Amino acid sequence: MSHSELLNQGLTEIVAALSRHDVSAVELATAYLDRIDQAQPDLNAFITLDREHSLRQAAIADKMRAGSSGAKLAGIPIVQKDVFCAKGWRTTAGSRMLENFIAPYDAHVVERLNEHGFVTLGRANMDEFAMGSSNENSYFGPVKNPWDVTRVPGGSSGGSAAAVAAGLAPAATGTDTGGSIRQPAAWCGISGIKPTYGRVSRYGMIAYASSLDQAGMFARSAQDLAVLMDVISGHDSRDATSVNRQDPPCAEGLDRSIRGLRVGLPKQWMGEGLSAGVKSVIEKAIQELMALGCECVEIDLPMSEQAIPAYYVIAPAEASSNLSRFDGVRFGHRAAEYKDLSELYERSRGEGFGPEVKRRILMGSYVLSHGYYDAYYLQAQRVRRLIANDFERAFTQCDVIAGPVAPTTAFPLGSYGADPVQMYLADLYTIPVNLAGLPALSVPAGFDAGMPVGLQLIGPWWHEARLLQTAHAYQTTTDWHTKRPTHYSGVTK
Amino acid sequence: MRFTEEDVRRVARLSRLALEPKEIKGFQQDLSQILDLAQKLQAINTSNVEPLAHPGSTSVFLRSDTVTETNQREAFQAVAPEVDRGLYLVPRVVE
Repeated sequence: MSHSELLNQGLTEIVAALSRHDVSAVELATAYLDRIDQAQPDLNAFITLDREHSLRQAAIADKMRAGSSGAKLAGIPIVQKDVFCAKGWRTTAGSRMLENFIAPYDAHVVERLNEHGFVTLGRANMDEFAMGSSNENSYFGPVKNPWDVTRVPGGSSGGSAAAVAAGLAPAATGTDTGGSIRQPAAWCGISGIKPTYGRVSRYGMIAYASSLDQAGMFARSAQDLAVLMDVISGHDSRDATSVNRQDPPCAEGLDRSIRGLRVGLPKQWMGEGLSAGVKSVIEKAIQELMALGCECVEIDLPMSEQAIPAYYVIAPAEASSNLSRFDGVRFGHRAAEYKDLSELYERSRGEGFGPEVKRRILMGSYVLSHGYYDAYYLQAQRVRRLIANDFERAFTQCDVIAGPVAPTTAFPLGSYGADPVQMYLADLYTIPVNLAGLPALSVPAGFDAGMPVGLQLIGPWWHEARLLQTAHAYQTTTDWHTKRPTHYSGVTK
Repeated sequence: MRFTEEDVRRVARLSRLALEPKEIKGFQQDLSQILDLAQKLQAINTSNVEPLAHPGSTSVFLRSDTVTETNQREAFQAVAPEVDRGLYLVPRVVE
């Protein structure tokens, strides 16, 4: 197998090639970095690239492999969403506010990946502070979808998804607050998982809405996601919401049969609002699951239509609180001119934040302010409980829930320029999952007019393994996850 | 509800955000739209429903109250806009 072919393979093949010494970690990183340099002007998937830093890490990985450390994953290249603090790397969160911020410490996720010898290829572009569904809210410019560069890759983890889809890396980190892993995974035709809230430590992950934020992964298959989940999961005392549990590794029992698995189909999700093209892809995917021996049951999620209103109260409220740390004093952008301390705060924040971030901070301050707290914030939290209850009830009738990730495929850049709030409404199938804190993933399930469509699978709390088994079974009888945008994968057809 | 210009200025003040005059009009419209969205929640009967602040977690992890971090003042202040002898500099607040 040539190096160029290897770059398009999954983690199993890459690890095997490294173990056989067919390729070194340094050679592998170099080959990917060369590809990144070629694609970057078209896709803008990266905010920061630092070849020297990456190759230093690769050299360490080669040493780890040569030693007796048992570092079997050492040398796997990975792309980091620019929201995870990584020592010595510029960490911007897609914002002018952090344009010159060099993180002084590693996020938990980064630390775990480094310990295993993963090699960071670069820092992926994203919507500013992870607020957005199209990656058009980045201070560093939009990311383009590798399947069609006139379209968005989805967001907020758009750079991560585009990089993996374009064959610029075999895996990438992401975060998902309202769909920010699943939706770009779906729109870029790759696999992506958002774990149970509390499974992966949020330490060092720049916060947007802390009760919803969860770190996860992008890769080319469910099998690869399982390997990566086992690296980043686990208790961390530096995140008070990190849950201390001993779960069996996700990669174990991945081949288990899904015969008899009860798949719940939310009756609210396949009707009005879902495009005909996406609907027909999802219906075929469900048939495929039935062919694998799954039973389908209709389930009822009556409160799920309240998820978007509840989210746009809760998430801005938490954001306005979290982002108050950017004050122009301890880190981040400071305005050049100010006459007193208030003006220093106000101007630094006014200059440092982009429009979507300001919009959400303003909304958050409003719903938390005197006289509105009960009517909006507390009411939203009560509705949140009802949404979670819907899922709990549904999981007495089924083992996993299946449905669409998004109502359409990726839209053209600039589609919502004049009406940003309209874009919020498209997250109707992903947001309920974050409000309930459930694990969910997206796997490629086909195409609509040449653009990829993702199948969403949602599980009960802590049942990532079941989701990955289901996705893996699906991927052993389908080949959607192997489709690549030929232009960017060194593949000529 | 419609956000007036004064409403936007008020929440901007609460948020410590300096806004350009031309931004205010846009936010009036956007915030009104988001609030219309949020308004839908008012129709839901939530009497006897406990608010859900954090999903799933029944107990929050506590750790013992001991110092585990070393002093890294220099590393943290290396990314500060303005420091002097270990202190963060801001405009004078007390005359």
